[in-house]
Amino acid sequence: MTLDTLRLTAEEAKRLLDAKEISGAELFAAYSGREDDLNAYLLRCDDPGGDGIPIAVKDVIGTKGIRTTAGSKILESYVPVYDATVIANAKRHGLRILGKTNTDEFAMGSSTENSAFGPSRNPWDPSRVPGGSGGGSAAAVSGGLAPWALGSDTGGSIKQPAALCGHVGLRPTYGTVSRYGVVAFASSLDQVGPVAKNVRDCAFLYSIISGRDENDSTTVDVPPVELPAADDLKGIRIGVPKQMNHVEGVQPGVTEQVDKAIALAESLGAEIGECSLPLSVDYGMPCYYLVAPAEASSNLARYDGVRYGLRVDGADFREMAMRTRDAGFGDEPKRRIMIGTYALSSGYYDAYYATAQKVRTVIRREHDAVFEKFDLIVSPTSPTVAFEFGEKAADPLAMYLCDVFTIPSCLAGLPGLNVPVGLSEGLPVGIQLIGPQFAENTLFRVGHALEQAIGFDFVPERLR
Amino acid sequence: MSSSWQAVIGLEIHVQLKTETKMFCRCRNGFGGGPNTQTCPVCLALPGALPVPNRRAIEETIKLGLALDCSIADRAVFHRKNYFYPDNPKAYQISQYDEPLCANGSLTVPMPDGPVTIGIHRAHLEEDAAKNVHVAASGRIHGATATLVDFNRCGTPLVEIVTEPDIHDAETAKRFLQLLRQTVVELGLSDAELEKGSMRFDVNVSVRPAGSDELRTRTELKNMNSFNFAAKGIEREIARQIRVYEQGGTVDQETLHFDPAHEESPPLRSKEEAQDYRYFPEPDLVPVHPAGDLVERLRGEIGELPGARIARIADTLSFYDADVLVTGGLDRLWSDVVAAGADPKEAANVLANAFVATGVAPEDVDAAELAKLVEARAEIPRAAFDEALGKVGEPGFSAAPYLEQRVVADASELDPVIDRIIEANPAQAEQYRGGKDGLIGFFVGQVMKETGGAADPRVVNERVREKLKS
Repeated sequence: MTLDTLRLTAEEAKRLLDAKEISGAELFAAYSGREDDLNAYLLRCDDPGGDGIPIAVKDVIGTKGIRTTAGSKILESYVPVYDATVIANAKRHGLRILGKTNTDEFAMGSSTENSAFGPSRNPWDPSRVPGGSGGGSAAAVSGGLAPWALGSDTGGSIKQPAALCGHVGLRPTYGTVSRYGVVAFASSLDQVGPVAKNVRDCAFLYSIISGRDENDSTTVDVPPVELPAADDLKGIRIGVPKQMNHVEGVQPGVTEQVDKAIALAESLGAEIGECSLPLSVDYGMPCYYLVAPAEASSNLARYDGVRYGLRVDGADFREMAMRTRDAGFGDEPKRRIMIGTYALSSGYYDAYYATAQKVRTVIRREHDAVFEKFDLIVSPTSPTVAFEFGEKAADPLAMYLCDVFTIPSCLAGLPGLNVPVGLSEGLPVGIQLIGPQFAENTLFRVGHALEQAIGFDFVPERLR
Repeated sequence: MSSSWQAVIGLEIHVQLKTETKMFCRCRNGFGGGPNTQTCPVCLALPGALPVPNRRAIEETIKLGLALDCSIADRAVFHRKNYFYPDNPKAYQISQYDEPLCANGSLTVPMPDGPVTIGIHRAHLEEDAAKNVHVAASGRIHGATATLVDFNRCGTPLVEIVTEPDIHDAETAKRFLQLLRQTVVELGLSDAELEKGSMRFDVNVSVRPAGSDELRTRTELKNMNSFNFAAKGIEREIARQIRVYEQGGTVDQETLHFDPAHEESPPLRSKEEAQDYRYFPEPDLVPVHPAGDLVERLRGEIGELPGARIARIADTLSFYDADVLVTGGLDRLWSDVVAAGADPKEAANVLANAFVATGVAPEDVDAAELAKLVEARAEIPRAAFDEALGKVGEPGFSAAPYLEQRVVADASELDPVIDRIIEANPAQAEQYRGGKDGLIGFFVGQVMKETGGAADPRVVNERVREKLKS
């Protein structure tokens, strides 16, 4: 039987496997045999056997015996001796790793142009970026190279690529998915999450990877995941933050599609109301660019050439470490290490890092207040559709602005779901649904109902 | 020390906890295995590894804090202390910064002239570094040519105790360190062995004009591996600083690597290039909130501490005796022996001298039997007493057979033996009479030998002198 890997969902794949209509080997081969002309994968794996659903894994997630580079030259030769908890969970459910997907170096970026191994391409238009940092997983899922994938999200790295590639991605509540074994970028922000073709797959994968982990002290018990089935939105109160909708910098075509989705939600029974997140939107970006680089400067300090990864020799430890780090890190990690080191320095700590933490508390409270009146809030995930290579690569600030809407809820530790809602200029537009902590089931329910009502075709037009 | 100067000394002590596992991972904690055999992704700082705090280590730190009369924080936070070094694989040490587990305590150190109370600034929990093995002829940091790293030690729970600068002389510093060591050992928290590095300390020393309360530039003495070296190093450094000031110079803030073989302590590194550790709260861990009932349970597990015991026993005996008994771990046995009827002073003498020499473990001893021996010490032969003491730790030991052996102190029994000995050694007798007094020992020894050690040496001595006179 011929499998349409572009269209096949994980749920359908599971049904075919359970019904023995296809074998595990056939299913795996359908993906692994497909040419990767998107540079989605940094490494493709052989079928480990079994009849579980195949999965692509972002290359910041450690996989035992499988090279894990985090998109960096400094880890080009690094092969983990242990599985990340999410991988152990996936394997327990029989999932088979198709390969390791491309990422901006250490997940720092919004286009995969910061990958040391070249960018991935957007399946809708290969001259455009797939978003980032999880552009490899996004390209794989939308390009028929994987039924679903694992991503990681620090400031938008799951949601933004999902928006730009036209599929579903969840950034879970901080603490619901273990970070153990995931190459750290910014510990207080990093979350692993599912990347999928539709909301039900996304929810299913979330149920597999989430849960308290004794190896990650920041994890908590997670409410049981409900696979969404309802197609109405009765009783759901949706807030529309005015600072994130109809604002300057958002492409008109994006606004149009988001508005249509909101109107549709209303017609499905949701109550729509305006709300306000002024401080979160104004201060989210500067706050994020202090907290994340500060933690990154510390997290990336372990790459010193002593134990693993790249080593460039020097006369002494200091020289060896400096040479190794100079040769091993690309520009963006270096930029963030410098910003972060500065923000934590004696004499500047209070002005920068400590202040950013206070701002973070303000952002959390501002969201809390909104969720007293609304079950979730909605906005464009990305202000623009997928952009062309090089368009923003030379201007870090322009690149950082890709995440202006995704960052505030990340700082607040809140879950966010990207759902594709339509096309603008032939490219996908996504909305993000943000809920209070542990509101994943609500996000799945609303996302699923919208998905059913919209009937968005997640297969890139040029590939249909 | 010139009396116009006062030394100001503060101590920073590190004690490795002997928990089953390491501070933030499940690796076995402790000496043993070959290099890098007690390691895992966490203590090797592999990408993605995360710390999980050791509950036991937190409890033991609280216990130590309570023993040091500290207040225990309602909320304690782990921080990252960032610096690059090969023995520091994450390039940050998980430590505590402005919210330590324990703060504002004190330890009262019994001293010959009365107790001295030293303030404890804080006691916090952190992880130990790996061990850099510098490959060089001397085995010391100076002149090393290569470095190997053994990560077995990396991640060992480490309590850091920082005193207030309340110490003004080397002897107090030394006694403080000894008392602290005994306290942690008795609490069962650590072996605190200086030779193995399970207890380490740094000393900050400055001097100031007597009567002043200024704090002048201090130097730090590191790597001292005995309390006596510490005292010596402190004295030497105090003298050096006074000399510098008296010659019109200034003391530089620097770290001195103490080497007992050399008169001067060579500078290790100058604080001019002071490290900026960029402390920030460890985002991989959540704050610790010690529960009130936990703290009370731990408080209840602490018995009478050695400092208090020295003070109590010094009320009965001399400070010296109390100090010897407590620091020798003999005071509990002493109390029991006294309770069983032995004379306190006599019991202390026996325990501190003859008993220690036997190597018998105090906890094996039946105090009532030992009390009988102590009381009968003057009346039974020395040899019998020594033999009994050597066996006092054996199960079912009874003093009775030894108590039956009496010392022969009756001159009428001893005189015939003494006469015989003098008769048999006319040459020595002649020499003694000629003024060679030392030969008295020879005769006493012969008599003791002849009587199988049963004679009372004092009476023998007396009788021999008497008889040789004639």
